[in-house]
Amino acid sequence: MNSEWIADFWRYRELLYFLAWRDVKVRYKQAALGASWAVIQPLLTMIIFTLFFGGLARVPSDGIPYPLFSFCALVPWTYFSTILGHAGNSLISNAQLITKVYFPRALLPAATVLSGLVDFSVGAVVLVLMMMYYHVKPGWPLLLAPLFFAGMVVLAFSVSMFLAALNVRYRDVKYALPFLVQIWLFVTPIIYPVTFLPAKIRPLLAFNPMAGLLEGFRSSLLGRKQMDWRLEGISVAITLVLLVIGAAYFRKTEKTFADIV
Amino acid sequence: MSQAIAVEKLSKKFILGALQRDTMLRERVISLLRAPFRRSAPPNVLWALRDVSFRVDAGEVVGIIGRNGAGKSTLLKVLSKITHPTSGKVRVNGRVASLLEVGTGFHEELTGRENIYLNGSILGMKHNEVAAKLDSIVNFAGVAQFLDTPIKRYSTGMRLRLGFAVAAHLDPDVLVVDEVLAVGDAGFQRKCLNAMEGLRTGGRTVLFVSHNMAAVENLCTRCLWIDSGEVRMDGSPREVIEAYMNTFANSRETMADLRSVKNRRGSGEIRYTGMEYISSSGEPITVVRSGDAFTIRFHYHAEKPIVFPSFGLRMYTEMGALVTDTSTWHHAIEIPVVPPGDGYLDLQIDFLNLLPTRSYFSLWIS
Repeated sequence: MNSEWIADFWRYRELLYFLAWRDVKVRYKQAALGASWAVIQPLLTMIIFTLFFGGLARVPSDGIPYPLFSFCALVPWTYFSTILGHAGNSLISNAQLITKVYFPRALLPAATVLSGLVDFSVGAVVLVLMMMYYHVKPGWPLLLAPLFFAGMVVLAFSVSMFLAALNVRYRDVKYALPFLVQIWLFVTPIIYPVTFLPAKIRPLLAFNPMAGLLEGFRSSLLGRKQMDWRLEGISVAITLVLLVIGAAYFRKTEKTFADIV
Repeated sequence: MSQAIAVEKLSKKFILGALQRDTMLRERVISLLRAPFRRSAPPNVLWALRDVSFRVDAGEVVGIIGRNGAGKSTLLKVLSKITHPTSGKVRVNGRVASLLEVGTGFHEELTGRENIYLNGSILGMKHNEVAAKLDSIVNFAGVAQFLDTPIKRYSTGMRLRLGFAVAAHLDPDVLVVDEVLAVGDAGFQRKCLNAMEGLRTGGRTVLFVSHNMAAVENLCTRCLWIDSGEVRMDGSPREVIEAYMNTFANSRETMADLRSVKNRRGSGEIRYTGMEYISSSGEPITVVRSGDAFTIRFHYHAEKPIVFPSFGLRMYTEMGALVTDTSTWHHAIEIPVVPPGDGYLDLQIDFLNLLPTRSYFSLWIS
């Protein structure tokens, strides 16, 4: 990443806003249930998880009611996984723009990351209502939750840049995407708490930045568990490394986008 | 005068065939596993641009002409930073707007108003700039009553007008336009040309690709002819267009041989055998220009004496519309008899009031 690339990005911030606005507008325009989709998806997933994992499989949940435990992670996870799916295709689906107008190409994955925030906000409201229902009173760590979420946004952007650029070059990336998202769901402590894993495997979690960020998000809101600072620190560091790698790969390949997209 | 565009030794290479191969990650991995050290076959290279250099001063309106596939659009894409050159440098001073297509980024589900904002933003306008010009854009496009209708319900013409209306309200220092005039009806084209004319008088620098020679000649102060990726000629529009049109004359020969024409009818007692253009100074020429005075000479061969013949000519446009239908009989020119053998007939034109175009002749003698 160099400064000129970032400056160019900043100069075009208004277009970033318009592209995100377009995504949101188009998504809600013809959807009969409108914004409620943003709630239904994590809510249904939560109910299924609660029945199968919390109920039948008796997966522990750090002493938190299982529905709240899983929903608290599912709201940001739904954001993250949706973004990955959309942003990965953001360059391909905007091929017409790329071949006809100049703008910093990174605006396309960035706009997807931004537009997803609307769905997330709707989900977050439901999460707050649920916390009130279960009489959860978060303490000062509540202030950390937005920071952990910001980490997930950065992570989503980094991985999206990489996948979107790769997808321009290799068209079968889009078939691998849903699979990648599914595996990622299971290697992240969403259904289960970190303590559910054998102590031997636990350190491996640090390689998945989503694990630390989600654990941090959940602990800061539901606050029954001591924050694992080492895990959080490594996750943040890996996220930043991925941001640099994602941006570098994107920058290296973006010159050829218009020719091969 | 300050310089608006400087292009130095610009080249752009495309590798043909490579796009079809290797687009699947899976196959790439498999081929790497199979033969990790094998080098790929030498690629088939196409130079879309080769060593192109030129400079444009601020305020110049430059027409770019050339055949399909000559590299004109690639040049515009490199100038507007859409694609990167393989080598060479481009410097553009000031705010650039490129209009390679009308209505770029329009979204079917969004309304006319929403699309105006989106398209304006894509073309580089600020939000408040679009807001200030909204009324004017809507009037220009003539879509006021459909402003809040999704554009998927628009007709093609409405969409086109809306797209051009936004573009016409751009306020760039340098405007790069691809063949956008080729689409739309006559009224729309006139609107486009008027807007371009407005840009020119406004002192804007414009680069303009077109196959419409009349538009290039009328609008441009200078003309570049791109041929096989290179600048073949750079000069005044009149000269460059003339040289360019010259290459369309099928052969170097000034006389068109009509003896081999297939779709002949009639008795064959008298035949047209050839046709040539002769300039006002009496020399054979291959290209005639709007406004020129010249003579078309029709050669014929008669097998036997023909009494009171009438020589006729019809001219059609490329699309088959009749432009003119004339004959010696129409003009009450009495020719008592044509003796056997060869002869010719001259058609003098004092002022060719036709725009540059491709025309077809249909000749007859009765």
